[in-house]
Amino acid sequence: MAVYRPPHIPSSEITPKDVWLNRRSILKSAAALGATTLAAPLAACGQEAATGTSFTTDEPITPYQDVTGYNNFYEFGLQKTDPARHSGDFNPRPWTIEVDGLVNNPRTFDIDELIASQMIEERIYRMRCVEAWSMVIPWNGFPLSALLNQVEPLSSAKYVAFETVVRPEEMPGQRGFFQPLPWPYREGLRLDEAMHPLTILSTGVFGETLPNQNGAPVRLVVPWKYGFKGIKSIVKITLTEQEPPSTWNVSAPSEYGFYANVNPDVPHPRWSQATERRIGTGGFFGADRRETLMFNGYADEVADMYADMDLTRYF
Amino acid sequence: MSVSSTVNSAVRKIPAWPLYILGLIPAVWGFYLGATNQLGTDPVKTFEIFLGLWAIRFLLLTLAVTPLRDLAGVNLIKYRRALGLLVFWYVLFHFLVWLILDQQLMMAQAIDDITKRPFIMLGMAALILLIPLALTSFNFAIRKLRKNWNKLHKLIYAISILAAIHLFMATKVLDAEQYIYLALFVVLLGYRIAREPILQAKRAA
Repeated sequence: MAVYRPPHIPSSEITPKDVWLNRRSILKSAAALGATTLAAPLAACGQEAATGTSFTTDEPITPYQDVTGYNNFYEFGLQKTDPARHSGDFNPRPWTIEVDGLVNNPRTFDIDELIASQMIEERIYRMRCVEAWSMVIPWNGFPLSALLNQVEPLSSAKYVAFETVVRPEEMPGQRGFFQPLPWPYREGLRLDEAMHPLTILSTGVFGETLPNQNGAPVRLVVPWKYGFKGIKSIVKITLTEQEPPSTWNVSAPSEYGFYANVNPDVPHPRWSQATERRIGTGGFFGADRRETLMFNGYADEVADMYADMDLTRYF
Repeated sequence: MSVSSTVNSAVRKIPAWPLYILGLIPAVWGFYLGATNQLGTDPVKTFEIFLGLWAIRFLLLTLAVTPLRDLAGVNLIKYRRALGLLVFWYVLFHFLVWLILDQQLMMAQAIDDITKRPFIMLGMAALILLIPLALTSFNFAIRKLRKNWNKLHKLIYAISILAAIHLFMATKVLDAEQYIYLALFVVLLGYRIAREPILQAKRAA
């Protein structure tokens, strides 16, 4: 398989935040000016063009208030609005990520040193929730492979396990009599999935530091898998030989597989996965229900990894 | 004067018809909020769940009428028809919002869901079973069907079981409200099994 090399973006080409936030109005004014003058204003949007087609989309970006106000993060409560409302006490600094297991060079990373050492890119990805809704989110982050390469996985390492922080004093969903899931939340990837160039550790959205409700200070984004694979507020990463347990798979194995690849042909036991509701479009009427794409539209990039697998069995 | 006789004399003065209007206020209000984009990020899902939960609430109230009369001497039987019809209306709205606003009339997929996914099948079965009950809720039908009317309307127990399982299956993790409603279903349906012995004991006392 050819290794994908993300294009290098010189800092001179990175769009300032104010311009970036206004790019829709730039595009609109470009359209208003007509085709003859289109080329000049589009040049201001150079960064998007430079990120390549795998990492962006021409689908409209989901509004900021929806991306940061409609979240599944049970550590802060079960309702979609709970994470935004109940994550105010959460303190994502200081923060360390412990990386150990089958590696030559186990390390504990300080989040700020880690971010400073990485080239933070923007990746505009579709995000498909297992609950049959979807968003388009501009993430900031860096490939997970960049971190894994620093710890040098041993040849015996086949999987990567992740753990979310446990802080009942700061996370109301983790305290009290009623506990929906066993903590910590756990997730896992096969090593080739973890090393895939589309797999990122995200540290921001919309050019801003990652809000608490989205998994501050660092969360996983695997755009061809259902959203629950995108474990949030990561404190521990362990390289393993065996497939690690993942929270939803353990909780309801008939409903949530370890792989959880977006697949319109494998229904959830309770609903079809053939279509999805795109969040933040059209409100009550004219809501946007669209066909779900195989591997969430990233089949060209990732289908090779599953060439010999029965995706109905390994869902 | 005891609480039950106070309630009963109030019931004599308050007619049942305003309940039909009051009961529909949540649906109208929810629809207004949704149509004016005030139902948050996922208004269709929010409204769909809202209607389903109100159907459950009215169903529980319908089931509570008999035990309240048996055990507390409070007679709300006069409102039971309105409560039952509200269950039917809310289940129907819940289904229509799912079919029209949520599934956007993608019929192939909707039929696939109805025929293959137990969760949706159960809800659909409950709606279908409610139809004969709604159609025979008029005085004329009650007179015409006589004893058979009572037999037919025992379907509400089957509907309740379907509704309870549908509610149980609706979410990945149950919240406090779901636990409360499920407990009420168990108590109110369980009462029907224990009813004869309880009434006999009461008569003997």
